Amino acid sequence: MNFNFKHEWIETNVGLMLVLTMVAISIGGLVEIAPLFLIKSTVENTKDAKTGLETIRPFTALESRGRDIYVREGCYTCHSQMIRPLKDEAVRYGHYSLAAESQYDHPFQWGSKRTGPDLARVGKKYSNEWQVQHLIAPRSMVPESVMPNYPWLLNTPLDTSDLVDRLRAQRAVGVPYSLTELEYQNNVKRFGEGVAQQLHIPNAQQNLVKQAEEGNFDGDRGTITEIDALIAYLQVLGTMVDFSQYDNDHFVKFR
Amino acid sequence: MASLSISSNEQYNFDVVRKFAIMTLVWGVVGMLAGVYIASELAWPFLNFDSPYISFGRLRPVHTGGVIFGFGGSALFATSYYVVQRTCQTRLFSDALANFTFWGWQAVIVLAATSYILGFSQGREYAEMEWPIDILIEVVWIAYMIVFFGTVMRRKQPHIYVANWFYIAFILATALLHTFNNLAMPINLFSMKSYSLFAGAQDAMTQWWYGHNAVGFFLTAAFLGMMYYFVPKQAGRPIYSYRLSIVHFWALSFLYMWVGSHHLHWTAIPDWTSTLAATFSIMLLLPSWGGMINGVMTLSGAWDKLRTDPIMRFLAVALSFYGMSTFEGPIMSLKDVNALSHYTDWTIGHVHSGALGWVAMITFGSFYHMIPKLWDTKLYSQRLVYWHFWLATIGILLYIIAMWISGIGQGVMWRTFDDFGNLKYSFAETVEMVKPFYAMRAIGGMFFLSGVFIMVYNVWMTIGQAKREAAELDAKLAAKLARAVA
Repeated sequence: MNFNFKHEWIETNVGLMLVLTMVAISIGGLVEIAPLFLIKSTVENTKDAKTGLETIRPFTALESRGRDIYVREGCYTCHSQMIRPLKDEAVRYGHYSLAAESQYDHPFQWGSKRTGPDLARVGKKYSNEWQVQHLIAPRSMVPESVMPNYPWLLNTPLDTSDLVDRLRAQRAVGVPYSLTELEYQNNVKRFGEGVAQQLHIPNAQQNLVKQAEEGNFDGDRGTITEIDALIAYLQVLGTMVDFSQYDNDHFVKFR
Repeated sequence: MASLSISSNEQYNFDVVRKFAIMTLVWGVVGMLAGVYIASELAWPFLNFDSPYISFGRLRPVHTGGVIFGFGGSALFATSYYVVQRTCQTRLFSDALANFTFWGWQAVIVLAATSYILGFSQGREYAEMEWPIDILIEVVWIAYMIVFFGTVMRRKQPHIYVANWFYIAFILATALLHTFNNLAMPINLFSMKSYSLFAGAQDAMTQWWYGHNAVGFFLTAAFLGMMYYFVPKQAGRPIYSYRLSIVHFWALSFLYMWVGSHHLHWTAIPDWTSTLAATFSIMLLLPSWGGMINGVMTLSGAWDKLRTDPIMRFLAVALSFYGMSTFEGPIMSLKDVNALSHYTDWTIGHVHSGALGWVAMITFGSFYHMIPKLWDTKLYSQRLVYWHFWLATIGILLYIIAMWISGIGQGVMWRTFDDFGNLKYSFAETVEMVKPFYAMRAIGGMFFLSGVFIMVYNVWMTIGQAKREAAELDAKLAAKLARAVA
């Protein structure tokens, strides 16, 4: 073999350098990320054992708008939504988070920092009244808190003018909101009729109003405000899976 | 105006470099001011003033975007255009395109910051810009590629200098990362709002592949390019080892892309990705230190200059912090350590020992070397450089020590059980514990920022002095010309 490699070949040829650099920087991402779209067990099976229906559903129209506000205000800069399988977190926050629980999250909001506590299972932990008061004046509920006050959420009516556009965009990236009768019927099979109803885009506006009025999140049925949507979202976080249904090692096999 | 007409005829296009250099300082002030402000909001929450526009969550991306893309990005445009012209001994490939990258990039930063304050965010760290801004970045970046690669192709030297390898890797990687991490569906063509193409675990992997390599290529490889030009220049010595630079360049480029998921240890991604990322993070220590050793050994032998040359101090301390934070990083990427450090202020401290200690310090050192050359004069004051150096160094130390204490404190308190098997501390108690250190961190930031103000003043005076010198020269020339005509 008379192959005598010289690095000089690369550093005197910009084309070669560009190609080789591109190869070098592409491999890592390809190996680690691409398989996650192909390996089924990345997202756990969380079907209900008895009914065969999916327990984890996309957010309702109101919850989804609440999530938009969560993203808008940058809540993820101080709160995680990802409980790790560690003893103290199990005691403090509950069962560790499943990939399945954020499978409809565009974008994911796992976060990277806990200046405040994790919110992955904050749903139903506090009353609506507590949430309202805590959002508009956190230190009135938790004196040590360093969270900003969010009084404007209580006064700002929820903008629903582009609600359908928002749900359609999420449908386009894979969230099973239904537009057609066929899609609706598929959702009935997958999630049951009650949920499928909530995911039907043509009903979105009336579903939103109904949930806000029935939920009465901010104690004012008159106007639907941003705080209604945000609390509807917070109150559903981490509540969809009933962990008592599963064996202790059921989720381990997906890890 | 005489000086302008000369500049357009000069051998190199320094006009665009000057503009980027000035904006580096402007965005440095804006981004770090935002940083000091949000740090103060955490220490003294009343500073949020119940206003949506300046609440922590909206202002935080103004800080991160302002310093990474405004300050760091402008510094990289400035130095890469400077270095590529000098090392290739040729003028930029296209003045018009280079100018476009300047105005385009400034528009990106202004639009991004404004949109965050108004509540438009993709909710992805360091990639909060919504889709119209992302498209603008893409266009600017393509123009940047054409200018930079085109200039390398026109080089008068057969060899491409090592600094340019790193700039090339940075430009390619940024294009790749930006494109894939920002794939999103706008809700309609007239709205800023969009939803990311990926969801949940896949989205998390994509985001941290981006997030970590924004650090790896934007804030490391590219600044190594800066180091490989300005350290030998200022030390007056050649690069210590050519062979080491080859090995660590390829190793760094290859290994970095694997380590993103160490940001997702113990989360709902498959364990194998997390293990792979930890393994590669440990391996990454070698090429990182390869770069540090090459830089330090280049300085070595010129150590006496540390006493007389404040610029050398910036470069030496920058390399030290680079070595320190690239050691701390792999340690934090071990799953056992990460179980404690993740979600705490330790991460914030780690980022800042890299961002302030390495990125900002190497930029300050390089700029103090480059700015007098760009304006063809001497630096206004060496003394002020000393002042800047000490304020910056003290600021960084206050910052990272505060974050080590609060971060490790949080991590330990969160996991402590009492004798009865209950959690010993409520979350609120851990918040109470960190407050003094949040104040200390904000003060550290103020030190660092005041150093930057001194630099701005020094550069302002340097440019003023250059203008006076040019005017005097013009006057002399005019007088001579008048005599000759008479």
